[in-house]
Amino acid sequence: MRRTLWLLIALALVVAYPLVFTTPFQQRLGALVLLYAIAASAWNIVGGYAGQISVGHVVFFGSGAYAAMGAYAHFALSPLIGIPAGIVFAVLIAAVIGGPTLRLSGHYFSMATIAVAELARLIVTNTEYLGAAVGLSGPTVPRNVFDMSFISALPYYYLFLAILIITLGITWWMTSSRMGFYLRAIKDSERAARSLGAPASRTKLYAYMLSAGLTSVAGALYAMIFGFVDPESGLGILISVKILIMAALGGAGLLFGPFVGAAILVPLEEISNSLLGGKGAGLTFVVYGAIIVLIARFQPGGILALINRLWAKRRAKPTEESISKEASHAS
Amino acid sequence: MTFTLVQVIVGGLLLGAVYALFSSGLTLVWGMMNVVNFAHGDFVMLGMYVAFVVYTLLGGGPLIGAPLATLLLATLGVIVYFGLIRDIMKGPMLAQILGTFGLALLLRYSVFWWFGANFLSLPENLVGGTFDIFGIRIQASRLLAGVVALLVTFGLHLLLTRTTLGSRMLAVAEDATAAQLMGIRPDGMQAIAWAIAAGATGLAGALIATFFYIVPTVGETLGIVAFVTVSLGGFGSVPGALVAGLLIGVIESLSGYLIGAVYKDIVVYALFLGFLWFRPQGLMGKT
Repeated sequence: MRRTLWLLIALALVVAYPLVFTTPFQQRLGALVLLYAIAASAWNIVGGYAGQISVGHVVFFGSGAYAAMGAYAHFALSPLIGIPAGIVFAVLIAAVIGGPTLRLSGHYFSMATIAVAELARLIVTNTEYLGAAVGLSGPTVPRNVFDMSFISALPYYYLFLAILIITLGITWWMTSSRMGFYLRAIKDSERAARSLGAPASRTKLYAYMLSAGLTSVAGALYAMIFGFVDPESGLGILISVKILIMAALGGAGLLFGPFVGAAILVPLEEISNSLLGGKGAGLTFVVYGAIIVLIARFQPGGILALINRLWAKRRAKPTEESISKEASHAS
Repeated sequence: MTFTLVQVIVGGLLLGAVYALFSSGLTLVWGMMNVVNFAHGDFVMLGMYVAFVVYTLLGGGPLIGAPLATLLLATLGVIVYFGLIRDIMKGPMLAQILGTFGLALLLRYSVFWWFGANFLSLPENLVGGTFDIFGIRIQASRLLAGVVALLVTFGLHLLLTRTTLGSRMLAVAEDATAAQLMGIRPDGMQAIAWAIAAGATGLAGALIATFFYIVPTVGETLGIVAFVTVSLGGFGSVPGALVAGLLIGVIESLSGYLIGAVYKDIVVYALFLGFLWFRPQGLMGKT
C-alpha cells in the first residue's frame, strides 16, 4: 500500500518534470535519462536478475540503432518501422551467440561478450552498406511526423517514458513469474538450481533474448533522438560499459536500480560535458571510473540496496539478523 | 615473395614475444587468485606513456624507459592490490568486473585528459636502425623488444617453477588457507604476484612503445590481445602464454599481410571466441 503510494508520487514527478523544467537542455537531459534507464533496465534482466555480467550489450543496442537508421536511410521508411526489425535481429543474434556463450561462467562470459561486441563493431566499420566508419543518418529534411525528428525533446521524453514503463512492467512480470524464480535460483547457485530441476540453460537463454530485444529498442530510440548512428556511438564498448555501470550504481537486480543509476550518471555526464567542453570528455570518464571503483569496493549492491537497508533499519530498529534478512529479500 | 613472407613471420614472432610478456602477467594473476584484470591492457598503455615521457623529458631511450616503467608499474600493481583487489576478490562477480573495469576507465581517461587523444610515437631511430639478416630486414627496435620480452618471459617461468618464491606463490594459488597454515602469508605472495604482473606490463609497454603507436585507447586492443593469448594458452600457464603469444603475433602479421590490415583484428577476435566456445581450456590446458 505504502509502496504503491510512493510509486505513484514518483511517477507523477517524472511525468511533471518536463513541464516544470522547460528549457531545451533540461528536457533533453530528461529524455536521455529515460533512454539510458531503458537500456540499463534491459541489461538488468540478464546482468542483474540472472547474474550474467554482459559487457557486450551494445551489440543489441547497435542492432536497434542500425535497423532504425537503415530503414530511414535506405528505404525512406519511418525509423519506427526499424524497431520491430531491430528487435527481431537482436533476438536472433542473442539466440545464436547465447547458446555457446551462456555456457561460460563468470569472467569468461563477460569476455566472450566483449569479443562479440568488438567483432560486430569491426565488421560494421568495414561494411559500406551500413555506412562503414561514417555511419548512417536520415534525410536532412523530415517529411512528416513519423520521421520522428522533432526539434523539441518533449515528444521524445514521453515516448521514452512510455517505453521505460513497458520495460519495467515486463521486468516486474518476469520476476514474479516462474522464470523469475528460476533466475534467482540460478544466480544464487547454478549447480544447485540445476540439481533441483530448474532448466538453467533455457531460462538463461530466454532472459538473454528478452534483454536483447529490449536493449535494441533503446538503440532505435537513441538513433531517433540523435538522428544518426556510427560504429562508435552505436557499437562502441563504452556504451556497454555505461549501461552496465548505471545498472550497477543504482542497484543491479533491483527493479528501479537502473533508473536511479541513469538519473545520477546521465546528468553528471551532460553537465560536465557542457561545463568543460571538449576537455570534459576525458574528465567525465575519469570521474565515471572513480565512481565505479568506489562502488565495487564499498557498495557492490548499489545505491538503492543501501537506501533499502537504511530504510529498513530506521523503520523497525530491528536486530542484526532481520536486517540481513531484509536485505536478502530486497535483492 | 618468400623473403617477404619470412620477414612477416619473423616480425610476427618478435611482436608475439611482447604479447607473451604482458599476457603472462595476466595469466599469473588469473591463475593464482582467479581475478581477471580488465585494466591489464591499460597497464601496458601506461608503460608506453612512461617511455614517451622519459624520451620527451630526458631524451632517454628504452635503456632508461624500460626499467623505470617496470618499477613504476610494479608499484602501481601493489597499490592496486592492497587498495582494491584484496577486497573485491572475495566479493560478488559483479564487484570484481566493475572494480577492474572502473580502474581501466580511470587510467585510460586520466591519460586522455592529460595527453589528449592524439597518436604519439617515439622517433624511429631511437633504437639503432634496421638490420639485414640473410636478406630479411628487421628493425632494431622490434628485435630488441622481441628478444628482451622472450628472455624475461622465460625468466618468469623459471622464477615460478625453480625458486622458493615461485613454490610459495604456487602454494597460495593452490590453496591459500593451507599455505597460510604452512607459514606463507597469502597477502604478501599475492601482492608480489601483482607487482610481477604489472611490472611485466610496464616493461612490455616501454618496449613496444619504440615502434608502436601510442594513444590512450591502445589498452583496449592490447587488453583483448592479452585475453586471447591467455585463453589460447590456458588460464594460469606462463609457457602456454608464451606459445600462444608467439602464435597470435604470427597469425596477426600473416592475416594483416595476406588479407589486409583492417581484418587482422577480426581474425584475432574470431579466434578468441572460437576458443572460448569450443575449447575453453586452451591449447595446452587439461580437460
